[in-house]
Amino acid sequence: MISADLNIILPEILLAVYAMLALVGAVYTGKDKLASPLVWATAAVMLIMALWIGTTGSGTRVGFFGMFNDDAFSRFAKVVILIAAACVLIMGEAFMKRHNLLRFEYPVLVVLSVIGMMVMVSAGDLMTLYMGLELQSLALYVVASLRRDSEMSTEAGLKYFVLGALSSGLLLYGASLVYGFAGTTLFSGIIAAAGTGQLSIGLLIGLVLMISGLAFKVSAVPFHMWTPDVYQGAPTPVTAFFATAPKMAAMGLFARLLHDAFGAAVSDWSQVVALIAVLSMFLGSIAAIGQRNIKRLMAYSSIAHMGYALIGLAAGTQAGVQAMLVYMAVYVTMNVGTFAFILSMQKDGQPVTEVDSLGMYAKREPGRALAVLVLLFSLAGVPPLLGFFAKLGVWQAAIASDMYWLVVASAVASAIGAYYYLRIVYLMYFGEDREDALDAGGSPVLWGFLAASAFVMVAGVVNLFGIEGAAAAAAATLVN
Amino acid sequence: MTVFAFYLFSLSAIAGGLFTVIARNPVHSVLWLILAFLSSAGLFVLLGAEFVAMLLIIVYVGAVAVLFLFVVMMLDVDFAELRAGMAKYMPLALLIGIVLLMQLAMAFGGWQASELASTQLSAPAPVDVQNTAALGLVLYDRYFLLFQLAGLILLVAMIGAIVLTLRHRVGVKRQDVLAQMWRDPKKALDLRDVKPGQGL
Repeated sequence: MISADLNIILPEILLAVYAMLALVGAVYTGKDKLASPLVWATAAVMLIMALWIGTTGSGTRVGFFGMFNDDAFSRFAKVVILIAAACVLIMGEAFMKRHNLLRFEYPVLVVLSVIGMMVMVSAGDLMTLYMGLELQSLALYVVASLRRDSEMSTEAGLKYFVLGALSSGLLLYGASLVYGFAGTTLFSGIIAAAGTGQLSIGLLIGLVLMISGLAFKVSAVPFHMWTPDVYQGAPTPVTAFFATAPKMAAMGLFARLLHDAFGAAVSDWSQVVALIAVLSMFLGSIAAIGQRNIKRLMAYSSIAHMGYALIGLAAGTQAGVQAMLVYMAVYVTMNVGTFAFILSMQKDGQPVTEVDSLGMYAKREPGRALAVLVLLFSLAGVPPLLGFFAKLGVWQAAIASDMYWLVVASAVASAIGAYYYLRIVYLMYFGEDREDALDAGGSPVLWGFLAASAFVMVAGVVNLFGIEGAAAAAAATLVN
Repeated sequence: MTVFAFYLFSLSAIAGGLFTVIARNPVHSVLWLILAFLSSAGLFVLLGAEFVAMLLIIVYVGAVAVLFLFVVMMLDVDFAELRAGMAKYMPLALLIGIVLLMQLAMAFGGWQASELASTQLSAPAPVDVQNTAALGLVLYDRYFLLFQLAGLILLVAMIGAIVLTLRHRVGVKRQDVLAQMWRDPKKALDLRDVKPGQGL
């Protein structure tokens, strides 16, 4: 029994063992001198894990009395999370080293938070869900305030911590109401107890509180307030991490909770999720217009993108979950590329985050400017780039569920949001050439990620690199 | 008697919570918090969960609250300043609080557990086993995964505390016991016979 259970969580166990070995090894030997090799080793381990989970996993296995699932859905999310985390680690290494932030605990904390994310997307029980969530969040709070001499970074970590604790409180309160109703914390038990049709009022309040708690984690409006400050205050590689892997994990957890535990009452939560989605899209699109700091801008952009991904969830169907997964994979790819560019923005060795400093960037760096143009067009959802097809997917799912108003609203928000992406493109190609323009050149690693991400946005149009099939299989195991 | 004890503990728990928030002196706030913890421990005893009750007293009163007390006494925080906006925000806070309270009243007023709830209780309390033994049985068996995950969370907390606070000072001389023991006395000591009145 126990060996079968342990076999199911083998990837998580191996990662945890790796994290502890790396920690102990680094403490007793080179300390921070080992940080750089440790970052590369960690990224390699995570990529191997992603390859392993992605190629060998098959079927659905349930372990620990139903508390932990290994199915196509969790494998899809885990592969995205692991690849995103590995990419971000590699991208940030040079930046962290340059600013004296590269400590050996950084890769270890990232691995531990990735374990938390993997547990989140596999959760089959409210308690597993919470444990995964806390493991992930606690490590994120620490890396957010890694630059401990900077007031902004400390503020970011503290703000994230306090609001995260509040959201955990909401989530736990909701979970206790659900437990009180169902008598069990297992998702399978909750869905059996809820029955079909209208949910009872206590269960409904519990569900809404849990949705609020999770909305905090995906930074959806009206629980988004922490996002811009944390994105701005945290060191840029950490911001890049925040914008990718945890978002996928929180979305995966959201989908798993709603479908596995409350799948019998789609009509009860679909309206709530749709409302959150619309608010996120509009706030993300409108509030970003006035932003001059590119990290804050990306924060609002992520709020808006979470709104689009939530449309897929609001549809409440298998096609919706599939579209949401594809959207998240595309979103993560776009953000990896965009943050590779933001990490390379510097002037005389100092990082620059002002959008205005991009004036006439295309004249000095035509190749990079073109790649950024492709990424920004894709973020804005301009056809025929991949970002457009991701949006098209969630729209189709919403139309299939007769949510026309949601599609219209998101099209309007998308048009508003296009303004600030295109404004950056305008600055790069037609802006004024300024004195404090960015340095030309930069790390080949970052350029590689930027170019690869932009290439994916163009080449993926053909067949999305086949992830649609994997996402369909993943959605089929979740919704049936 | 049990009913009387229940109302006594509930009342003191609510009073403790209320005064924690409104007490002027932060040290008094912590003391009121301890009262709230103790009353909740009493409520747990009434429920038959004596192990959780003791845990609450040992961990929360014995460790957490005492730590709070130290922090409050040692940190130079101007609590009057922190509380300055209280009057301004009070009406809004009261409004939201009352709305939340009404919603909770609605939830519990119409409360009705699922028919399946009693049959699928995940860990029904065994009758002939003591609290502590029963907890041990599920904690290391059924909830083994969660127990280990909790351990990982604590590890993250430890790493985090060290990462965010530890500063390596350069030039600090630390005692190296092994080096001290391995020293060769012949190299460290030099005996000279000093003649009176001459010096070295």
